[in-house]
Amino acid sequence: MDQDRALFQFLLRMGDSTLILGHRVSEWCGHGPMLEEDIAMANIALDLIGQTQLWLGLAGEVENKGRSADDLAYLRDAFDFQNLLLVERPNQDFAHTLMRQFLFDAWHKGMLTGLTDSADERVAAIAQKSLKEVSYHLERSRDLVVRLGDGTKESHQRMQDALDILWPYTGEMFAGDAVEQALTGLVPDLATLRHDWDHTIGAACALGNLAIPKDDFAHLGGKAGRHSEHLGFLLAEMQFLQRAYPGATW
Amino acid sequence: MVIAMTQLPDVAQIWTWLGDVPDPEIPVISVTDLGIVRDVTRDGDGVVVTVTPTYSGCPATAVISMDIQTALRAKGLENITIKTQLAPPWTTDWLTKSGRDKLQTYGIAPPTAAGGPQCCPQCGSKQTEKISQFGSTPCKAAWRCTSCLEPFDYFKCI
Repeated sequence: MDQDRALFQFLLRMGDSTLILGHRVSEWCGHGPMLEEDIAMANIALDLIGQTQLWLGLAGEVENKGRSADDLAYLRDAFDFQNLLLVERPNQDFAHTLMRQFLFDAWHKGMLTGLTDSADERVAAIAQKSLKEVSYHLERSRDLVVRLGDGTKESHQRMQDALDILWPYTGEMFAGDAVEQALTGLVPDLATLRHDWDHTIGAACALGNLAIPKDDFAHLGGKAGRHSEHLGFLLAEMQFLQRAYPGATW
Repeated sequence: MVIAMTQLPDVAQIWTWLGDVPDPEIPVISVTDLGIVRDVTRDGDGVVVTVTPTYSGCPATAVISMDIQTALRAKGLENITIKTQLAPPWTTDWLTKSGRDKLQTYGIAPPTAAGGPQCCPQCGSKQTEKISQFGSTPCKAAWRCTSCLEPFDYFKCI
């Protein structure tokens, strides 16, 4: 795979993951379990969607076919999205939302930290910008996972259930393919990322009395455009306006 | 008054004008107080203002670019380019001293290296506690004073 093509794919993976998670988290706006959490989730969704503009903006530039970040976000179908399967998982309860966030944030922070050293300075600039925001995301999700894991009997059970259900969607974050291989030096080594991620997750779960599932089976496919049924419903809502009224602007 | 093309104001003058452009969400400080104007240069008969975003998703960013355009146009400049620069990323270290003072007077505790407010911006007490790292805008956290019991915004460090 040539490097520009691989870089385009990689940028879509970053931007699609932040876009889809940003949209998922925004679904909580006005429905949070308490005002502070509602505000926190709206802020995090905003950060993620802001980062999406940067990643997809650069993806369009690298692709060089005149597509803008908005074109890529609103005018592609599910099979063209390359987000992680984890981020399209439905919100379910607050425990699922939070656990999904923590599993993602820990990966996201490690990935961005690695990308700040990217040989491509455009990638490094976006990573440096995003990393500052994501550090706050991880601080919050980690803190709440520990507190609710080590909270009441019910909060503990809900967090454990969420971890068990979401765990098989985490292996994909570290499963490399031809894209990563073509980008050696531009993107961080996935095995190193996995090592650091295991450490972050393990430490928080130990504090929160949560048992990490033993089975390391991983659902794969998101990065190659093979998605769960949930993504189509999400896109139907997110893309409705541009599909029904093409080119509509504020 | 429209300035003729041959009489472009010098860069220092443009900086002074930018010092009067308020941040749309916290109008008590200006875009230069905030430290987001990174450079002003003259390019032929035009002016290039380089701006860096505070948070990547901050909706004020687009408004700020428009406000800068409008303010400079009102001074008679015509050919204005706003350039967005990502790196180095904005940091609260770039808030000016006067910006910090204005925030405190306005009721928003300015950022400190310790990661929390120096004192309650309402009563000056040092007895404060964090409610949430996320607040009314991306750049603020929610805190409360345990002396006067007032909640307040803290401009968080990034």
